[in-house]
Amino acid sequence: MPKVDRIRVGDVLPERAHTPTILDLFFYNAALWNGHRIHFDERYATEQEGYPGLVVQGPLQGDWLGQCVMEWLGDDGVLLELEYGNRAAGYLGGTFYSGGRITAIDEGSGEVSLELHVRNEAGDVLCPGSARVRLG
Amino acid sequence: MSHLTPEMLAHVGRSRPPVTELATRREIRKYSVATRQRLAKYLDGLEAPPLFYVALFWDVVSLDRMTPDGVTIDPLLPDLPFRRAMAGGIETQYFRPIRCDDRLVARRTLTDLYEKEGKSGPLCFYEVTLEVETDTGVLVLREKATRILR
Repeated sequence: MPKVDRIRVGDVLPERAHTPTILDLFFYNAALWNGHRIHFDERYATEQEGYPGLVVQGPLQGDWLGQCVMEWLGDDGVLLELEYGNRAAGYLGGTFYSGGRITAIDEGSGEVSLELHVRNEAGDVLCPGSARVRLG
Repeated sequence: MSHLTPEMLAHVGRSRPPVTELATRREIRKYSVATRQRLAKYLDGLEAPPLFYVALFWDVVSLDRMTPDGVTIDPLLPDLPFRRAMAGGIETQYFRPIRCDDRLVARRTLTDLYEKEGKSGPLCFYEVTLEVETDTGVLVLREKATRILR
């Protein structure tokens, strides 16, 4: 787990690839009680809403950012703030990458600011975010 | 010309009655599996991932109350001339993790409602603040969500 005296601004968090299947989309909707058809009804998503395919849920991409932070942080660190915005849609069949980098370190308090992203294979950031954590 | 009338804007500041939910181990585990968590404390259901609360406090409504696209219009909102939900974003402050068997109380307030012109027409933005406490009054998290309708 990271220590405040061993990290630097610009250090990157490990990137993780996500290739959601239709089961991912189904179970995420089920866990929320979310009936939005653009996530499971391909005909509706394409013919009625004009999307090129089933839409990967925006909050699921936000969760990937949370996982990116918590896996890096370890058990002794504390998440203080997490923020994200869904800038563009991602579609079933794509692979997405969650990651981030350190943007500020306060050695006195142990607080660290992070810039986060979910990007697609073309490198477009679909879900930018940020977090503030306190290292243990 | 704005599609939002003074009567619609008067809904800003309104709150819904508090909702109490139990963070069961099973619900945490279901969420953790659905989101492909990799940390054992989440997969075991002992502690909840940071965004588990989104699922815990998602409205459970009858199927009859959902719109044809399968969503529920937030009851905090007035009857708006915007029907299709798009994603938005959130900012969440955390004060302590949610743990298995926490009994949590959530309060939601509509804090803003405004319109912007998008590439394909007008978009309606609304902001909702969510505060979650334990049933003994310990603040767990505070979220400001911005959502978009078109």
